[in-house]
Amino acid sequence: MESRFRVLFLIVAIVGLSGCAATKNLFGFGREEAPPPSAEPPGQVIDPQVERREIKEPAIDREDFEIGAYVGIMGIEDFGSNVSYGVRLAYHITEGFFVEGTVGQSEGGLTSFEVLSGGARLITDSERTLTYYNLSLGYNILPGEVFLGEGRAYNTNLYLIAGLGSTRFAGDDRFSVNVGAGYRFLLSDSVALHLDFRDHLFDIDLLGEEKTVHNLEGHLGVTVFF
Amino acid sequence: MRTGPGRGYPIFHVVDRGETVAVIMQRTEWYLVRSGSGKEGWVDRAQMELTLQPDGNPVSFDEAGLEDLTNAKWELGVLAGDFGGANIVSLYGGYSLNPNVSVELWGSQILGNFSNGWMGSVNVVHEAFPEWRVSPFFTLGAGVIHTSPKSTIIQGEDRTDQIGHVGAGFRAYATRRFLLRAEYKSYVVFTSRDENEEVEEWKVGFAFFF
Repeated sequence: MESRFRVLFLIVAIVGLSGCAATKNLFGFGREEAPPPSAEPPGQVIDPQVERREIKEPAIDREDFEIGAYVGIMGIEDFGSNVSYGVRLAYHITEGFFVEGTVGQSEGGLTSFEVLSGGARLITDSERTLTYYNLSLGYNILPGEVFLGEGRAYNTNLYLIAGLGSTRFAGDDRFSVNVGAGYRFLLSDSVALHLDFRDHLFDIDLLGEEKTVHNLEGHLGVTVFF
Repeated sequence: MRTGPGRGYPIFHVVDRGETVAVIMQRTEWYLVRSGSGKEGWVDRAQMELTLQPDGNPVSFDEAGLEDLTNAKWELGVLAGDFGGANIVSLYGGYSLNPNVSVELWGSQILGNFSNGWMGSVNVVHEAFPEWRVSPFFTLGAGVIHTSPKSTIIQGEDRTDQIGHVGAGFRAYATRRFLLRAEYKSYVVFTSRDENEEVEEWKVGFAFFF
């Protein structure tokens, strides 16, 4: 009876131990089980659900152009100062250099001679309209940031600019040169305010001898990058 | 990441290794990117080329270079200089028939002491070595010139004459899509008077190609 119980206990113990995975290898009599044959090759196990994306440069929004309008005051030598206005288009070549085209207009007043002499007029009223176009090269010489209060910072640029073009005044087109400096205040990454001072120089022989005149213009403008 | 698109703007944020960025826009050589944590800032091209695409390949951007100039189809430029003692401002557009030969359309405004005018012409330009960084060319063309005396000059009348010209110059690749151009042209103005006029012209300027 006792030996029969012993055999039964042994059978139970062996079955129990061999069934316990944790002790299988501990006692050294567990069999190494071969992994079940997989249905597909290992490379196919992960099926990508996300489409691969490539960075294509033309798809990136390029904002190198700047377009805008301005209004200011222009002093025309001998003809007084008046309101001026114009449009500008710029292209930024590098972070430093940009080219800019402007078309603007102002109005000449009466010269001191015309006021004092009474009725005498040097030029007709339609010839008093001054129209110019300029092609200029600018350089951002002092880029920086300004702070408004504690929480706001804006990017700015102080630029020097010079160029050439043509000015129509007193009945003729005249070759003109412009030099100046401006301040670009970026309200956001795409919108900027400009404060700009220019000297427009050209030769004029209206009052007898030919002389070079300086016509200073200061204007305030808004531009948008695109 | 910098606060602005330029070398001098301060670095205010560093994107961690392994983080992704979204490119919002590009201005000159700078990219406005948004990091995973929502920070927006400007990164230059060299930094962007250190990033990886989602498939693990490095990012590379096509930079326009000298070979693009050689193969470019269109060219648009502005030149200014001296036209027989008067000032001249010119705008031109060119189309390349092949790397060596291109056709150009010119429009010029002439601003002199005694007369003003405009000129339009069609040119054929031949470049012997279009792959050179500074490439010489020869040009041949014909067109019309219109001159009108200044209002302060009493005598004289408006004239429109035909012109022919030969010239030479060079184009120098500058940066990105830009080139510098300088040229000399010798014009013959076929006037309605007994003698033809000859005018020499020197001009320099820049152009971009695409």
